Formats: sequence, structure tokens, C-alpha cells
Amino acid sequence: MTREMTHDGPDADHRLDGMAQGVLGRGEPRPEGALKVTGRAVYTGDQQAPGMVHGALVRATITRGRVTTLNSATVLEMPGVLAVIDDPRLVRFSGQGATTKPPKADAAGVVYHGQPIALVVAETLEQARHAALRLTVDYAEEPGAVTGPEDPAAEVELPQKKQSETGAPDAALEAADTVIDRIYRTASMSSAPMEPHASLAEWQGGKLVLHSTLQMLASAQGQVAAALGIEPEDIRILAPHVGGGFGSKLGISPETVAAAIAAQQMRRPVSVVCTRPQSMETTSRRSETLQRIQMGADDEGRLTMIGHEALVSNLPGQKFSEPVQQATHFTYEAAHRRVVHRVARVHRLVAASVRAPGEAVGATAFECAMDELADKLGLCPVALRLRNIPKVEPGTGRPFSSHKLAEALTEGARRFGWEHRHASPRARREGEWWIGMGMSSLVRVNTVMEAKARVSLSLDGTALVETDMTDIGTGSYAILSQIAAEMLGLPMGSVETVLGDTDLPASSGSGGSFGAASTGSAVYLACLELRSRLAEAMGCPEPELTLKDGHAIHDNRKVPLSTLMGGAAMQAEGHLIPGEAEDKARQATWGAAFAEVGVNAITGEIRVRRMLGTFAIGRVLNAQTARSQALGGMIWGIGMALTEELVHDARDGHIVNRDLAEYHVPVNADVPALEVHFLEERDDWAPMQAKGIGELGICGAGAAIVNAVHNACGVRVRSLPMTVDKVLAGLVEAEADQG
Amino acid sequence: MHVTLTINDTKHSLDLDPRTTLLDAIRSHAGLTGTKKGCDHGQCGACTVMVNGRRINSCLSLAVMHDGDAVTTIEGLGTPEALSPLQAAFLETDGFQCGYCTPGQICSATAMLEEIRAGWPSHVSETLDGPALPTEAEIAERMSGNLCRCSAYPNIVAAIRLAAAEREDAA
Amino acid sequence: MRAFDYIRAGSCKDALAEAETPGTAFIAGGTNLLDLMKHEVMTPARLVDISRLDLRGITLTDAGLRVGALVSNSDLAADPLVRRHWPLLSRALLAGASGQLRNKATTGGNLLQRTRCYYFYDTAMPCNKREPGSGCAAIGGFNRIHAILGASEACIATHPSDMAVALRALSAEVELLAPGGGRRQVPLAAFYRLPGDTPHVETVLEPGEMIAAVLLPPAEGGRQIYRKVRDRASYAFALVSVAACLRMEQGRIAAAALAFGGLAHMPWRSADVEGTLIGEVPSAALFDRAADLLLAEAKGQGDNDFKIPLARRTLAAVLAEATAEDTEGDRA
Repeated sequence: MTREMTHDGPDADHRLDGMAQGVLGRGEPRPEGALKVTGRAVYTGDQQAPGMVHGALVRATITRGRVTTLNSATVLEMPGVLAVIDDPRLVRFSGQGATTKPPKADAAGVVYHGQPIALVVAETLEQARHAALRLTVDYAEEPGAVTGPEDPAAEVELPQKKQSETGAPDAALEAADTVIDRIYRTASMSSAPMEPHASLAEWQGGKLVLHSTLQMLASAQGQVAAALGIEPEDIRILAPHVGGGFGSKLGISPETVAAAIAAQQMRRPVSVVCTRPQSMETTSRRSETLQRIQMGADDEGRLTMIGHEALVSNLPGQKFSEPVQQATHFTYEAAHRRVVHRVARVHRLVAASVRAPGEAVGATAFECAMDELADKLGLCPVALRLRNIPKVEPGTGRPFSSHKLAEALTEGARRFGWEHRHASPRARREGEWWIGMGMSSLVRVNTVMEAKARVSLSLDGTALVETDMTDIGTGSYAILSQIAAEMLGLPMGSVETVLGDTDLPASSGSGGSFGAASTGSAVYLACLELRSRLAEAMGCPEPELTLKDGHAIHDNRKVPLSTLMGGAAMQAEGHLIPGEAEDKARQATWGAAFAEVGVNAITGEIRVRRMLGTFAIGRVLNAQTARSQALGGMIWGIGMALTEELVHDARDGHIVNRDLAEYHVPVNADVPALEVHFLEERDDWAPMQAKGIGELGICGAGAAIVNAVHNACGVRVRSLPMTVDKVLAGLVEAEADQG
Repeated sequence: MHVTLTINDTKHSLDLDPRTTLLDAIRSHAGLTGTKKGCDHGQCGACTVMVNGRRINSCLSLAVMHDGDAVTTIEGLGTPEALSPLQAAFLETDGFQCGYCTPGQICSATAMLEEIRAGWPSHVSETLDGPALPTEAEIAERMSGNLCRCSAYPNIVAAIRLAAAEREDAA
Repeated sequence: MRAFDYIRAGSCKDALAEAETPGTAFIAGGTNLLDLMKHEVMTPARLVDISRLDLRGITLTDAGLRVGALVSNSDLAADPLVRRHWPLLSRALLAGASGQLRNKATTGGNLLQRTRCYYFYDTAMPCNKREPGSGCAAIGGFNRIHAILGASEACIATHPSDMAVALRALSAEVELLAPGGGRRQVPLAAFYRLPGDTPHVETVLEPGEMIAAVLLPPAEGGRQIYRKVRDRASYAFALVSVAACLRMEQGRIAAAALAFGGLAHMPWRSADVEGTLIGEVPSAALFDRAADLLLAEAKGQGDNDFKIPLARRTLAAVLAEATAEDTEGDRA
């Protein structure tokens, strides 16, 4: 039996609040945690298969053109080398998420420097890697490579759907009492999960069994099928543990397809584990952005005009473009608005979703501009934001599903001690360090995806949750178990959750902060179905049935579940279908970030001293894993603000710093004590009243740091990351101004 | 080449290509895949193991150079049924998310606490001759060779402080 | 990684004899060599493992401190004598790499670290250091981490070591063993070479020569400071670093030794800079003059132009700290 729900509107029932077990929302430890801390959790690259051989990708060393010859003969003579594969089905970069459309094939056609063009297969890893480095390649280069979005030769497209204008923005700006018109830049960035992209492919009687580092298995199955020209049913993908993804594992990657083709050709299992440079260079990246933000405000600080123009980049023909202005439409009120979105066609690694595509960079830049406006108006930055919160969605007039920005701002300010901030920069100094505070709003659109899950109840009083959902560190194992435990009245230890296998019901997968609410709802629905059957056996309406500690309770009657089950295990599926709810109301998560930083007055070095985030995400499913997600998001904000930049060589577009020594993700010493506070909330428009938390932290947190740096030392850096060279230039300039 | 490694008190006699790193020997030849490969170039710390009691990046070491050495990996520190104090502390504070860097973090922390106990100073130590203490700042600095992209850093520091405090209590 | 023959040396004599075969490299800690071998930036045909040789001692002699080439960076940083008399060296070591790497990296190997230039590491790019005559991709490329002093048309790479910067300020010497049984001592000042037309030749080491020890002259009293500016709070290479040994007498600078990292192909030291300081009463104007002398010939490549003001300011801050009257900080 399947319990379906189409998500068409609000649900004020809040059934989960009426359950008796009391495990949902609690900071339950991760059920798979003991495996992870003891090294027993098996990831893709840990898999071995009898007879397994190794593949190593070969990299293009031109920016644009065609491979004419792979000089395979010499490497085929090298010890252990089995094959050089240049199958036309090999793909050029990673696929996008939530689509069964595979990434572009024909890897011999080179569209960016570093693109994989072939796979060398050998008996051992050492042999394969060596041969791949030694393979020489002849190319027919094509002129006209465009290596950067601001190259005048770049073709620029304006996708119609992403442009909008309301009122008379130019006139409004002209008439405004106070105006901000600034250019901000954010850098190209890498997801850089700790686990490199990897696949192990094995063909078992015409069926492909694929262990792969993927976030969304069902759509990836479709991508692999289309890439190879086989049926999805003939592919099984396994990913019970994924070592982080952050968007880079939403779609399949070149090594996925290469492993599958090689295994078919070799008739042996083939493992392809990307090297760290390959993991950064052949998958996907976040586009750099150039953003022009215009604001007009009256004397009281009410926005009259909002303008947000963005230039992003992607390869020719790619539909994805970093949705920079996604939240600009509804975050603040203003009668006159304009959004312009340009995509430059460049020959760089494909751009795709990286943690919070859109708001991560868009809200960050916008929140920097808000700080500049507050400064100009002589207004407290928190007050400026409070003054501009819309009551309904600007432009559409839709209601907000829930809206806690005001509370997030005021509660955050109170907890952080915002009142101790000096309004003017350069007011607080400790030795060589300027100290300052900054803040920003946090906003992220919220969405659900179709998801299925199966829940089985056994006579021994245990439950099994099964879905192809992944746990990429997000806490899926914990929260899905908790939902089932809560709904079925079982202790956490009596629920097992099995994930990461396409033979199981297709979930939403992990991405876009939609995993917990979407797949969680599928589990919830399956449990609701089981509850109905138990209630029937109990002879009571389902809403009146209390389930707790393995017993059903109603009307002073308490019965073990097994008694109600009629001697047979029970099973149900839940199926969540996105419906009209998303169109009827504007759904988003809200929060605020506050930061205190030190800026070294001599060197321009920045140290984040403390940071606090308030988060309104609807129902919190697991207080501990939600907090960890919030922390992670905020720390990504630190990385975006201070250290992370994927550098492309201006001459050929290749990624210069394609490793973890030179692509600087924050290290432990960069991160101070952080505080996270969740606002109690139920969002009726969200199934289970729960929304996503994986991305909200990064959607503005970097701006709190940028703004704090200004408050500390008076330097505005409008190009992220704020490395010492940029801060230093500002310090030197400020000193010169002061004579 | 023939190499004998004692990994977690068990002798492994392995026949290896001299190019095989200690990391690959542990993972692919001894079959202990708890130790992870994150970058293979000493830039992330996921491969951290202890050799003769000291933490090192096993990716930047040849297995043949460790003939006869005693290696401790994450599997040797504890089991799901019998967690080491640090493993239990990581679980308690949610000192990880995806778990991929975690074995390296825990091996690193295990040896790092011994370095503190031995009085080794760090970059953030006020003086070079003062007692080394497991403060937040000291732990953060000493653990900076272990990247965590999920960014569980505050919880990692909390876990290590917890385990260090428990050890103090026990001592 | 290219296949190689592995030979474990039982003695220095064996090691030196093995090294007479062309294409041989010594390996000790391996933290840099294996990194480069995996990328096939370095492709030795033979590796002589010297990690078990008896070159691990740290001994105090009348001539100063003798540090065996195989002493790990961790052991050297934690050594009580070093901490007490050469705190600059401890500080520099502790500012470098990570706990894990310092446990493996050796004193000799640290001196021989190769540059972190992105283009040196990427075999698809021209690099005169990796492949003489192929060109320099860093010039005109992304050169934020590159040299502002002593660079050439052929190479603008920097030396990445922190330890070597401290040793340069401490006037260390390097003891070398030659295959024929010879032994020579080279001041660090003469050990490194500027890139010139031959950036692939980085030191005066002759083929087959091996570093046996580093010798530190007795520490002069006074303040010792190592200051490193980098892109992260930890675990990143220096953009600019300053090593200072400075002694004050009656309000004047009596002795000054200053070395700089992140600026050049080798740890940089300037007699002019030190000369202008000695005998003077510290002041901002004096520090400025010192910086003028240091940076008179400095040349930015675009992305690294900021190193010029950064070096100036960092030097001034270090000098201010070193000449301050308070008693905090490391003293020899």
C-alpha cells in the first residue's frame, strides 16, 4: 500500500506534535556515527571487487579544439596497462542535479582546459596513474576560446525568464533621497568535498552495478542510462555513505561514465577514483559573479528601488546559470525593482550548483550593499532591515508561508550583544587589531521534491526504513529514523534506516536543502499508512491512536504492536508529490548572522573572533544535526568571505589552484566558537512543517564578515574573497587619506 | 618488494610495488579502508595514521620505507562496540558530518593529545617553555592539518576538549 | 609516479656510493619529494632511502648547535635547547605545515623544499625550473605568491620554507658530505642560488652530495621573532615572513639579523638593511629606511605587487616589537 500526498496547500494539523514517543527534534546521535568514528563506514573508494582494475583519467591541455590522436601505443607497452579508452560516450564534465539528462558526451571535443578526454586502465593504481600522465595527445586547436566572463569577446545571453522589471526603477532611483550603486564580485568556487569523486563499475550479466559518489541516485541512474544507451532498470547504483557533495555530486561525473564503459570493455570491475586535481577540475564549479546592486531609499530608510544585475558564466549551451537574484525578488520591499541576469559563454569548467546556488553569492552581495546603505543613512543595519520586510511577496502578492526574519534579526542582535557595536569604524582597537561587528540577513528559497520511501514493521517490534536517499553528512540516517520512531512509537534503537541503493524506493536525493523535508515526508506518509492499519486493528480512528515504546494505546487499553499486526509483518510506502503549494505561497527559510572580527591594521589579516546565527527553518527534526548543518553553512560563509577562490588563468581558463594546498577552504584555526540558535517555528506550508537547513547558513553569512571588517577598520572590500592584498590596499588608502 | 608492517598489532606481510604509498598499502593491500584518501598530497589530513606513535600523512610516505614499523589506524583505536574516548567524544558532540575526514581527525587528535602531554609548543603558544594545555585555540591550531569541508570544526574542538578533560579526570 | 628502484642505505657511505649513479635521489621524510613524484614533476629512476641513517642527533658544541639532517621538524621545534636559545627556529618551524607533516619532514629535506609555484607543479605548463628552456608560465600568469626580489626573466618562484628563513637569520651553515668522502661546510647564505638563467639549479649541492647537518652558531642574546603572513590562520605557505634576531643596548640597536620569506627564490637577507639599523635608536623613520633598503630593487609581477607594502609593514611591525621595552616574547 502506498500513501500518497500531493502537496497543494497548508496543513495546520501538525500531527507530529501530537505523537508520544518524543524522539523527533531531539539531538539524537547519528545511527551511523559509530561506524564513521571507527572507520567502518564504507565509502565508494573503499570498495574492492575481485579482479578489479584501475582507471585514470587523462586531461586535455588545450582550451578549445579536438583530440586528433591519442598516442596510445607507447603507454599500452607500459607494464600493467590494459587499455586506453576514448569511447565517444565519455562525458566532458559533471551533470546537473535533478535531471536525467546526462552531461555532454564526446570528450574528444575539448571545451575547457583540463577536460577529461580518455581513460587509461591498468592492473594497478600506480600503473594507471603513471600511464595516464605519460599519454601524449595530438589536438586540432580551434581559435576563439573565451577564458573569462568579462572578456569582450564573450557572448552574453540574457535568459528571458531571469529578467524582470516592476514600476519605474530609473526614475525611482533618480528621485531617491539616498542611493547606493555598487559593483561586487565573488570568485569562482569549488565544492571540494573531502571525498574525491569516485566510481566502481561492475557488469553482472548485462546489468551495471555502480558504486558511485552521488547525492541523487534516481536521477543519476537516468543520466547513466542515457549516457551509456541502456535502460535505467539495468543499472543499480549504491552510495550508502557519501563523503560530502555540496552540489558537486548532484549529477554524474566523467569518472562515472568512464568506469562503466571501461568495465564493459574489460569485462572486469573497474575503479576510477579522481585525484584531487581531477576532482576539482573535471566536475563542476560555482560561477564567479559580477553584481551591480542599486538601491534607492527615502530619509527613513525605506527602500524605494532595488536593482540587481548579475553577470555569471557557463560553457556554451549550458542551461544552468547561477541564480544570483533568486531571493532578491522577495527579501525586501520596494515599489520599483529591476533584475537583469546575464550569462557569459566561456571556456571554463562547467558551472553548476554549489551549496545554495543563487543566494550564497546573491544574498551575500546584497547584504553587503544593505550595510553600505545603512552606513550612508546613519541607520543601524538591523533597523534598516527591519524597516524593509515585506508583508506579502513583492510583485506577486503571494503570502509568505512563514516569515521569521524580524524575529531572527532582533533575537540574534540580542543574543550577540549587538548593542555594543560602535556605529563608526575604527572605534575599537586591541594592539595591532581593529575590532568590529557586522551582520546580515539570511534567506534561502525552500522547496520540496518528489520522494518515496518504504517502512516495514516487524513482529519483533522493529521498523525498517528504506529509500534510495543519501546521507552526505546531512543527517539523513538520523532524521529518517527519528520520524519513523516518532510516528510508530518506537525507541530509536528499534528503527533501522537503509539508504543509498537504487533498488529501494526513489527519494528526493540530497541537494538544495530539500532532502530532509521531502524524503522525511515520504517516511512520514508511509508511517501514517501503517498507523491507519494499526488503528483499524485497534478499533479506533487513527488520529486517536497513541503509539509509544512499541505499544498501541487507546481508551485505557495498551497493546503490544505485534498483537495488532495479526501475526504478519506490515509494510507501506509513502509518496510525496510536489503540488500547488509552491505556487500559492512564497516559501523560504530565514535567519540572521552576526560576526565580530579582528583586522590586523598592519597586514590586513582578518580573524573571525565570534559568530552567531539565528535560524527559522520550520520544525527542527534533529537539534544536533541541524545545528551542525547551520555551523557548516556559516563556516562556508567564512570561506567565501575570506579565503576561497578558484583561480582561472586568464590566458587559457585552466584552474590554477586545483588542490587543497592552494584552494583555501577554512582550517580549524580559522573558525572561532560559533553560536547557533533556532527559532521555534512550524511552517504550515511545508510538509511536516519542516524546511531545509543545509544551505541557509551560507546565504548571507559572508556578508556579516565583510560588514564587520568595514566596521572594524573602515575598509570596504567589494571583491570576495577578502584576501590580505585587498584589505591591505584599503588600509593603505585610508592611511593616505588621513595624511 | 616485500614489506612487513605491523598494523594495529597484526603483522601484515605484503608484496608491493615500491611506488605504493603507506596509505595505499593500508587500504588496498592490508584491506583496512578506515584510513581515507582525500587529496593524496598531504594537504587534507584524511589519511592520518600513527607510525610508532606519531601522527603522519600516510599518503606522503612509501610503504617500503616503513618495513618493520608499527602503524595504528582508526580501526586500531576502537570498535563500534568499544569506542576509544575520542571516538565516543566525536559521537557525543557531533564532531563530524559526512564522516570522511573523521578517521584522520581522530587519529590526529589521539596523537596530538600526546604531543600536548609531552609539552610540545605550538604556533599559538604564548611561550615556548610554558606547559602545553588543550585550550580551544591550541587544539584548533594543532588540528589545522585536518580539513573538514562539512566544517564540523567547533564540534571537533569540543570533542577533543571533552576527551582531554576526561583523561585529566582519570589521571 | 614513475617506477623507480628502491635502495635502503645502511650507512652514509653506502648512501653516497649509491648516489653516484645518475638519476638517483635521496629520500628521507618524503613529504615534498613524493608529492612531486606523484605529479611526475620529479621522476628519479632510483631512490636511496636515507631515513634510517644515524643523522638524528641534536648536540650542543662549542661552535654552537649541530642538528642532524634527519631530525624531524617536530623534534627540532620541541627541542629544549632550541626552544631556549634559538626560539626563532622553533617559532618558524611551528608556523609551517601541519603537525603531521612536521613529524615526517626532516631538517635537510626542509632546506631542499621546492617552490609551490602552481606552474612548476602543473606538467602541462611551461616551467624553466621543471623543464629548462620551456619558459615561465608564471610571468604573465597568476603570480600572487611569486617573488618580488631577485627574480629573473626565467623564473619568479619563491622558496616556501619557514625554517630556512629562520636559519638564514641565525647565520646557519650546512654540512655536506660528498660521494668521495669529502665533507664541506657552506653558509646558508651561499647554499641557495638565485634563479638567473638556471632556475632548475637551486642550491650549490653537487651531484650525489648529501646534507649531513645544519650548524647553528651560538645564539646572540636579545629578542627573536618570526612573523608570518598567510592566507589562512594556519596550514598555508607564507605570503611574507620576517625572521628577526635583535639585541638592544642602552636604547640602541646593538645587533640585528633579519631574513625574509615569501619574497625571493631563497630566504632573503640584506646586510644593508641590518647595517642601517645597527647603532641606531629605533624609530618609525628608521624602520622605514630599513624597508626602503630592503625593497629598493623590488619588482612586482601584478598579482604580487601587494607583497611590497606588505613586506614593508611587516618588517616595521617586527622591528617595533623587537625593539620594544616590554619583556614579553621569546628571548634567547
